[in-house]
Amino acid sequence: MTQFIKLLARNQLALAGGIILSIVVLVSILVPILPLQPPDVTNTADRFMAPFSEGHWLGTDHLGRDLLSRLLWGTRLSLAVGAAAAIVAAVIGSAIGIVAGYFGGTTDNVIMRGVDMLMAFPYILLALAIVAALGPGLMNALIAVAAVNIPFFARNIRGITVGIAHKEFVDAAKLAGKGHLTILTTEILPNVVPVIVIAMSTTIGWMILETAGLSFLGLGSQPPQADLGSMLGEARSALITNPHTSVVPGLMIFIIVMSINLLGDGVRDALDPRLRSGALSRPKPTTTVARQSSPPHGPGEGVLDIRELETQFHVGKRVFKAVNQVSLNIEPGECLGVIGESGSGKSVTALSVMGLVASPPGVITGGAVFHGGQDLVGARYSTLRRLRGDKVAYIFQDPLSTLHPLIRVGEQLAEAIRVHHPVGKAELRQRAIDLLNDVRIPNAESRVDSYPHEMSGGMRQRVAIAMALANEPEVIIADEPTTALDVTVQAQVLSLLDDLRREHNVAIMFITHDFGVVAQLCDRVAVMYGGQIVEQGTTDDILANPAHPYTRKLMECVPELGAGRRELAAIPGLPPAVDDLPPGCAFAPRCHKAQAECTKAPIEMTRGGGRAVRCLYPETKLVEEEPA
Amino acid sequence: MGGYIVKRLLSAIPVLLGITVIVFLIMALIPGDPATAILGSYATPENVEKINRDLGLDKPLVARYFIWLGNMLTGDFGRSFSLNRPVIDEVLERFGATLVLAGTAFIICTIFGIIAGVISAARQYGLADKAITFAVLIGISIPSFFLGMMMILAFAVERRWFPVSGMYAIYGGGDLADLAWHLVMPAIALAVVATGVIARLSRSAMLEVLRQDYIRTARAKGVHERRVIWTHALKAAMVSIIPVLGIQAGFVLSGAVYIEIVFQWPGVGRMLVNAILQRDILLVQGGVVFVAACYVLFNIAVDVAQSLLDPRIKT
Amino acid sequence: MSLALQLDDLSKTFPVGKPLFGPAKAHVRAVRPVTLQVETGETLGIVGESGCGKSTLARMLVGLLPPSTGEIKIEGHRLNNANPAEFGRSIQYVFQDPISSLNPRKSIRSILEVPLKRLHGMNAEARRARISEIFASVNLREEFLERYPHEFSGGQAQRIGIARALAANARIMVLDEPVSALDVSVQAQVLNLLARLKGEFGLTYLFISHDLAVVEAVSDRVAVMYFGAVVEVGKAEKIFAAPRHPYTNLLAGSAPVVGRPLTPPEAKGTELPDPLNPPPGCPFAPRCPKATEICRDVDPPLEQMGEDQFAACHHPLDA
Ligand SMILES: Nc1ncnc2c1ncn2[C@@H]1O[C@H](COP(=O)(O)OP(=O)(O)O)[C@@H](O)[C@H]1O
Ligand code: SF4
Ligand code: SF4
Ligand SMILES: [Mg+2]
Repeated sequence: MTQFIKLLARNQLALAGGIILSIVVLVSILVPILPLQPPDVTNTADRFMAPFSEGHWLGTDHLGRDLLSRLLWGTRLSLAVGAAAAIVAAVIGSAIGIVAGYFGGTTDNVIMRGVDMLMAFPYILLALAIVAALGPGLMNALIAVAAVNIPFFARNIRGITVGIAHKEFVDAAKLAGKGHLTILTTEILPNVVPVIVIAMSTTIGWMILETAGLSFLGLGSQPPQADLGSMLGEARSALITNPHTSVVPGLMIFIIVMSINLLGDGVRDALDPRLRSGALSRPKPTTTVARQSSPPHGPGEGVLDIRELETQFHVGKRVFKAVNQVSLNIEPGECLGVIGESGSGKSVTALSVMGLVASPPGVITGGAVFHGGQDLVGARYSTLRRLRGDKVAYIFQDPLSTLHPLIRVGEQLAEAIRVHHPVGKAELRQRAIDLLNDVRIPNAESRVDSYPHEMSGGMRQRVAIAMALANEPEVIIADEPTTALDVTVQAQVLSLLDDLRREHNVAIMFITHDFGVVAQLCDRVAVMYGGQIVEQGTTDDILANPAHPYTRKLMECVPELGAGRRELAAIPGLPPAVDDLPPGCAFAPRCHKAQAECTKAPIEMTRGGGRAVRCLYPETKLVEEEPA
Repeated sequence: MGGYIVKRLLSAIPVLLGITVIVFLIMALIPGDPATAILGSYATPENVEKINRDLGLDKPLVARYFIWLGNMLTGDFGRSFSLNRPVIDEVLERFGATLVLAGTAFIICTIFGIIAGVISAARQYGLADKAITFAVLIGISIPSFFLGMMMILAFAVERRWFPVSGMYAIYGGGDLADLAWHLVMPAIALAVVATGVIARLSRSAMLEVLRQDYIRTARAKGVHERRVIWTHALKAAMVSIIPVLGIQAGFVLSGAVYIEIVFQWPGVGRMLVNAILQRDILLVQGGVVFVAACYVLFNIAVDVAQSLLDPRIKT
Repeated sequence: MSLALQLDDLSKTFPVGKPLFGPAKAHVRAVRPVTLQVETGETLGIVGESGCGKSTLARMLVGLLPPSTGEIKIEGHRLNNANPAEFGRSIQYVFQDPISSLNPRKSIRSILEVPLKRLHGMNAEARRARISEIFASVNLREEFLERYPHEFSGGQAQRIGIARALAANARIMVLDEPVSALDVSVQAQVLNLLARLKGEFGLTYLFISHDLAVVEAVSDRVAVMYFGAVVEVGKAEKIFAAPRHPYTNLLAGSAPVVGRPLTPPEAKGTELPDPLNPPPGCPFAPRCPKATEICRDVDPPLEQMGEDQFAACHHPLDA
């Protein structure tokens, strides 16, 4: 709650809205004791006095009534009616929505059909019908506005409730012996209330407008009593001759609604956790680069040479060092495995290469990535765009979310070619079909016109692979391409990738968390922990003789098929949080060999015999190498 | 596709029936003797007897509903006593004028709303985004009837750019140009709020989409950013924008009531308000059912558009 | 040996496209009739690929989903679906996604109190003592009790989920992919904790996972599911080493293993049959290298093959 208020206060617009609204509300509460002229006393002698006249600061209306007094009394009435309508609609609508969403099935069906019926009316028709039946009057206008808004709340809250009712904690509560009513009130409601508050704060302005609107039409408050809407309605006939009588109440409505909207947006932003974490910001076309030191010199070796790369996420005041001094290089046609637990920085390393790290909040703060003699970090957008997908292609993890759901796979494949090479339409289609054949998709001629959702996970990942191959790139960066797949599908996709890389002589940077996969596919492997590479070498060497204590322990943790029932080795503790890395070795708090020395200064890479390890007390001594 | 349209049309039948039931029930709320209530000041003994016979008002509620429904299905919406002409004739005539106004406003708000939303999202936190966000905030906070009145003051009274009110000039008007000239101010006044709402929603839909993995895929393929935004992202965002267009059409139609009053546009909204004030219940009833039915059909068109865009919807 | 759990012809069919009134247009058979026994103190592993019906089966076992046919007996008593509290005392569930199984707006203490209060009617003092006890046994510090779920890592949250299941004092636990959302280094911690708790409290486990190696490491017996049915059951140490069902063989051959060369397993395609319109006969037939005419016509029943291995196949592999 305090956090909520702090967040709200930080939002200056919301604060301004809040202050204005508080003043308006305060004044309207105080209206009865303020020294105002009576609002309803007519004095035709003083009609249409201009603002700032003696005794009538805002002038008078067509019956000579004091406008200031009428304005404040009207504001009081409008606010009260609008707020009452909002509360009635929110309470009834939310109750309906929660019941429908929680119970689902026929209850939901029947209720929502009814709601749909009500929403089939343009809202004012329903309001007009209700007022027509009940007769004009402020109370009836209130009822009409509330009734019309009930379906909106019901539908909105139902959607949220359905999402929550299917959460596992609701099942857990059932198993813990809670009944429906208890679950509704103690498990669901607390999670729905913020949404109700958001919905209310964003619609209360509407409600005030709508009640004012009905009064404006003469269907709400009846003379002599006036709310803002009816003041405006009465002033309309004198619009041209005496505009001030219209402007005064009109501006007041505007100010009220605007301040409510400002405040409501602030409330929504403060209550929405995604906005809080900045997750809703749009990633720019390339990652921001802000190198703090001069970058390493080129031209670099192999097809891709990552040198001392540093990528960070700046979220509020916190800095996540996702990738910290990572150096990797890939030779033509080679398969380099990058292995590590989630959060160790594998994906960020991979995305940094082509500037695809979401930015904000990502920033590349150091290092270089050489390709063809050119440093890609800090390269212009046009340079990066030309290389993306042409020389360096990507395959991502979840094949359902990485293909565009509304575009046929053939078109998506064709586009990958077209953006780099001018090729005719018919030929593009043929190339797409050929690509699908290359990745062994049966019936490529008909599959080319399928949408992603019409394919199985394995098929979709084949399409993604085909897309990566489309321009015969030099390197493919594959970020956990089989993690989301079932084992039997994974085996097929892996062997396909292995065949293709030999056929096309393409280098692969293969990211995974599975030693079995690395062993089967990769020539060399780099192990990542806490944003750093802790060990690097040929796959055979590392699997046979891991040098870093973390590598060894990790291999022991992973159960391997065929070893039978057993106690697994575990690594105590948790992987480090990269916004709060320990000094020295990141693995030290979990390492059984840790010494005082390990936590003093950053650990340097020790190299030897084609291997490298970042540890003071490695499990095996690397072969000494002559200093070059 | 054809099958889908037929299916949607069939599924509209219960909704349309539901609408008639709701309207009927609301009207049944009217206290007192229904015949006198309907006739109001026209309640002469002959009229009361005639209407009792025509609408079966002495019969039970359910029977009355079916008589009323049956009449409507044969095109008989009853007779307006205040205007002394068949309800359906009046409604049809007025609805045309509303359609011109609301349709224009709807086109304006759709085009400008979506464009503003996309630009705003693409330039998030940039100058354009701030300007649009601010304009939107004002747009959705200003009551359309007040905006209309201020526009009249500024552009019809102070500067005589546009006519103060009406649909055609009284003398010598009547052609399309005349209509367009009269249409500018009311259509804009009517479109402002909906433009704001659509822009807001398009912005957040675009921001949501721009974070998706398939946008990253498109960028990783080397697709140009302009195309990423206006093709890949907008296409996906339309899936959540289109349903809102359907809802906004209802808001535009609703807002038309105020605008018709302010600009004295001879539409169905002004007719309804007058009918309520005159307590011409049959006219209200007929008008509401007719407009709501048109809105239902419009929403079917929206659904069809959605299914054309999104292949995941089973057709 | 007494039976902890006995399933007879348990199946689940979901209606799809059900109109407001009247019967559904089609049915998906998520679980085809399953008959299984689990002995007290045993760990039965259930493996299968995504969508094969593991979770549906599990949810029926704890009463979260009413079965379409068949019955469940827990320690000899028929499970009564109408009363969650009753089965909650004898069988509990640990969820796959540890974070979403904890209500974000409740402190850990209030989450753990529910089963103690609702299922066992303990008073405040007894609850406090019991919670300390349970929390210690899942290796969590007591200060965590006043915190909220978002403050925990996946591994810690999963321990809290386990603690909640323990609080119900049930002797049977259904563990639905309890470690697949966790990192390998944390996974082992949780698996070892589960093993210790089992010995300490004499628990019976149903351990569901898609990871063959994990299942093999923790189970006494393993049941392999394919397309909603159990196709093979056997001792953990034998079932993958000497599978009788071709699907088990395919699974075992697909798991990436250090030191085994990368060869595509011999199977045509990877597509499952259409669940709305299942073919007659063995559902694995379209992918099976050994399929013959009879396979496409007759769905093979689960039959004993060898000492304690059962498989549903017309042409089982040699032992
Ligand atoms: N959008 C983001 N905002 C803030 N932090 C992020 C974001 N994406 C990744 N990170 C941080 O970067 C670190 C490395 O993440 P990642 O490269 O995805 O790991 P891996 O691929 O090895 O699982 C994580 O600890 C995470 O906290
Ligand atoms: S440097 Fe020290 S703490 Fe780090 S892995 Fe090596 S021995 Fe362990
Ligand atoms: S029954 Fe036939 S098709 Fe099915 S697994 Fe056995 S051999 Fe294969
Ligand atoms: Mg990753």
